[in-house]
Amino acid sequence: MSDSKDLLRAPFELAYNYKRSNGPVMSKFFEALGEQKILGTKSSTGKVFSPAAEFDPDTHESLNDMVEVGPGGSIESFSWIEAPQNHHLIKEPFAFALIKLDGADSSMLHMIADCNEADLSIGTRVTAAWSETTTKRITDIKFFILEK
Amino acid sequence: MSAEDTPKDYSESPINLEYFYTAGSATTRFLNQVKEGNIVGQGCPKCKAVYVPPRGSCPRCGVATDIEVPLTDKGCIESFTVVHIPIPGNPIVPPYVCAMIRLDGANISFLHLIQDVDIENIRIGMRIQAVWKPKEEWTHSLENIKWFAPIDEPDVDVATLRFQES
Repeated sequence: MSDSKDLLRAPFELAYNYKRSNGPVMSKFFEALGEQKILGTKSSTGKVFSPAAEFDPDTHESLNDMVEVGPGGSIESFSWIEAPQNHHLIKEPFAFALIKLDGADSSMLHMIADCNEADLSIGTRVTAAWSETTTKRITDIKFFILEK
Repeated sequence: MSAEDTPKDYSESPINLEYFYTAGSATTRFLNQVKEGNIVGQGCPKCKAVYVPPRGSCPRCGVATDIEVPLTDKGCIESFTVVHIPIPGNPIVPPYVCAMIRLDGANISFLHLIQDVDIENIRIGMRIQAVWKPKEEWTHSLENIKWFAPIDEPDVDVATLRFQES
């Protein structure tokens, strides 16, 4: 048996280049992000889902009625990341948060940056900060910042 | 909705997982030999089965495979598949052949490439030998073997390779 210090060790990266089929509803959602607009889908009961949902989990109806929400909203819950790691998109301390956008009844998971942990609490108002370049992905919203 | 009026059908959604891999003592022993161009399997002290690549224990007997068994780089094709579909990021251009290689004296097989032969001539039981990279490129990896190529020896009946308890 070798000592553990003699064992071979090496970094290893496993990567898959998936391509996701967006479907008709999410296509509109991502397309709108490219125009710095956040869309949701509205059900017959008046409930608005954002990020857009393709089906209403309560009524099971398919959702096609797109409505604009945000870009402001309030924090429903958050988790502060004091020491971001390599795979995090933000290198300074930031928060992952569930944000209920104005006009929406569901919340969106995103990041909140350019703030301190003490600035954040449930109900704090935030607004979307947009990326310089748009790729029609959720990262077109760079992160959320405190509403002025 | 037709293809024309679908604003954006697909989005790139790459997934990256970064690991730090630690080889166990069995794999370390094996790969240190591979670095030198040697293939050394590990044998079970109880049932005498030889494992290459070794994982450190015999799944049949549940004991450590602490017997080092030097093998040659010759063997036969136990099974194979012709790959026609390109895999993103894979430098090998289809069609190509992946095969389970059973080295002489081993009781399990491992996956590697078969080249230097027309695909339609590849068959189960075909005798093959490793084609190594230049020695200065050798690392702790079975990629030191570029691929396996057929050699001029009679085919093996793979049914005879089934493990016989001694």
